Amino acid sequence: MWKMKGLKRKWGATPGAATTSTAMDKEYVGFAALPNQLHRKSVKKGFDFTLMVAGESGLGKSTLINSLFLTNLYEDRQVPDASARTTQTLTIERRGVEIEEGGIKVKLTLVDTPGFGDSVDCSDCWLPVVRFIEEQFEQYLRDESGLNRKNIQDSRVHCCLYFISPFGRGLRPLDVAFLRAVHEKVNVIPVIGKADALMPRETQVLKQKIRDQLKEEEINIYQFPECDSDEDEEFKRQNEEMKGSIPFAVVGSCEVVRDGGTRPVRGRRYSWGTVEVENPHHCDFLNLRRMLVQTHLQDLKEVTHDLLYEGYRARCLQSLARPGARDRASRSKLSRQSATEIPLPMLPLADTEKLIREKDEELRRMQEMLEKMQAQMQQSQAQGEQSDSL
Amino acid sequence: MSKGLPEARTDAAMSELVPEPRPKPAVPMKPVSINSNLLGYIGIDTIIEQMRKKTMKTGFDFNIMVVGQSGLGKSTLVNTLFKSQVSRKASSWNREEKIPKTVEIKAIGHVIEEGGVKMKLTVIDTPGFGDQINNENCWEPIEKYINEQYEKFLKEEVNIARKKRIPDTRVHCCLYFISPTGHSLRPLDLEFMKHLSKVVNIIPVIAKADTMTLEEKSEFKQRVRKELEVNGIEFYPQKEFDEDLEDKTENDKIRQESMPFAVVGSDKEYQVNGKRVLGRKTPWGIIEVENLNHCEFALLRDFVIRTHLQDLKEVTHNIHYETYRAKRLNDNGGLPPNKKLCTSLKRSGEGFILKCWEQVSHRQLVLTSDPSTNWGCKSSSRTGG
Repeated sequence: MWKMKGLKRKWGATPGAATTSTAMDKEYVGFAALPNQLHRKSVKKGFDFTLMVAGESGLGKSTLINSLFLTNLYEDRQVPDASARTTQTLTIERRGVEIEEGGIKVKLTLVDTPGFGDSVDCSDCWLPVVRFIEEQFEQYLRDESGLNRKNIQDSRVHCCLYFISPFGRGLRPLDVAFLRAVHEKVNVIPVIGKADALMPRETQVLKQKIRDQLKEEEINIYQFPECDSDEDEEFKRQNEEMKGSIPFAVVGSCEVVRDGGTRPVRGRRYSWGTVEVENPHHCDFLNLRRMLVQTHLQDLKEVTHDLLYEGYRARCLQSLARPGARDRASRSKLSRQSATEIPLPMLPLADTEKLIREKDEELRRMQEMLEKMQAQMQQSQAQGEQSDSL
Repeated sequence: MSKGLPEARTDAAMSELVPEPRPKPAVPMKPVSINSNLLGYIGIDTIIEQMRKKTMKTGFDFNIMVVGQSGLGKSTLVNTLFKSQVSRKASSWNREEKIPKTVEIKAIGHVIEEGGVKMKLTVIDTPGFGDQINNENCWEPIEKYINEQYEKFLKEEVNIARKKRIPDTRVHCCLYFISPTGHSLRPLDLEFMKHLSKVVNIIPVIAKADTMTLEEKSEFKQRVRKELEVNGIEFYPQKEFDEDLEDKTENDKIRQESMPFAVVGSDKEYQVNGKRVLGRKTPWGIIEVENLNHCEFALLRDFVIRTHLQDLKEVTHNIHYETYRAKRLNDNGGLPPNKKLCTSLKRSGEGFILKCWEQVSHRQLVLTSDPSTNWGCKSSSRTGG
């Protein structure tokens, strides 16, 4: 009890605290400080976030990533010329960087897909990407069901920025095929690259066309959660604005342009003017950065875990636990694929049954604990009321 | 004097004995070129004026093809080049237009007039090129179309009763639009140009060049030129067809410095410094299409229309068409192609041709009063087409 009191003194202005300190001592239990404890723990642990960038080459993906995180992740990159690209197949590259800001450490992993959409024949070029995402889920599932769960490395892809060309008239057949293949497995955020190719009206028309196409093809991109009703107006307005500008039309640059009289800005200098990356009238870079890094980083991770990963897990375990004729066929198809490509280890039947039973046990135990805690709280409340009325 | 007469008599007598020398042929075997200073004005140079008058009466054909992924501004650029709506945009932003599943060939003709000269311009569009997931062999319909036009011309040529003026539907120029990725050419670009630079004049252009800064532009152009060279792709103007030193130096400069032209097209006008200019208006500035500091549209226009138009036609006729003709005659055992072969070739073509001729009302455009405007009467040894 004294521990909690001590905390109370540290964070005095906790919500829901009563007026006088003595009253506080009587009615205030102190678990309102729980979020702060969580915050401290996670700050200590650090965040890890895996971001995937996909799209045709030459749409400004690397420049945008460098601009977003103010690092130069692509220093050692070699861009192959066309003759080399005819024979190249899609590869998956991972780059890691640790960024620290204001005492908070973020371990950012970037997944790149060079070679996507490059060849003359791009049929099925998205399959390696899909397999990669599923592999991460697979890895997590195995780790979660393993014995030592203290240090699970979360390498699941939390977000995929898909770059759409500003030169086309909306989504191309390849875009649609890729999005269809991954939208149920990863949070997709569509982005229009090199948006300084477009005049404002063209940008609006292209965005609307893409939105219409996404709806028509039933592609589920990442949905921004609604604002809580107690958020302030400014935040709500910003949120609405952000939602309305999807897909984000971005311009990236790491160069600082110093024009004579004006202050230095990050941008691209042309003979007819300078595009400012951080100017909301020029492009949606600020919106994207705010959304990705400042406001929705945690939500992206949560959706990946609660929705997408659970969906994968359910599908995986279901197909293993009850091998019907259809499932057997799909399983054999999977194994055939895995035989030729990267081996996808499948959990044996007996183990998964055990897993399911273990999980159920855990769930039951947790429920019991919760009930006990609730009962305790009610008791202490009732006691408190009694003492007050006395 | 008395001495002279008998001599003459003897000469005459002698000439009767000596057989008559062979009569000289009417036209000398080898023209004797003597650089003689003309003693007066003859008027040979009026031939240029006569040819100009003839051309104005008959007008001439020009067929230009545009190839590239959808959305690269092909139609807009052609409209800007010829300052009229000669190419209906495949999808103006309001209309719904699905990407065709196979490459289609759409030829639309217009008659435009400038300064009394009529030009029958045909713009051949190729929607669907490079837009699918699998673009294997998507250049084949285009190659077939080009060969079909050669075949048509050949058929007319070998006719016994030939038309006075064979309608020329051969593709004189193919503008290939390169996407401004800033990295390098795409494999599809290489494949297309490899196959088609042998049958048609290809002029590569970098589309929507307003996404690249000056440094990026020059870097990209250098890389593209190098890649084309490494892969043995000869774009127009081809090195091997330079006729004389003058041509060579002029074309070398274009080949090694300017091409591929980085262009921006627009059909909207904006007010800049009191003038109305074609351009694109963005929150950070107005891109002027005809301003050489902004993009190279003016260079492309001058190149294609004002200086090399006739040369494009000549190379098509004398080189590409002749190559096709030689191949066809060789295949056929030196005989002219017969009707059966022609029709079977036509039917096997994959693309379908839509031809709609539209008469555009005469527009008097301001003729550039540039005396160096080449009316196509270069002193060339090649026979005109």
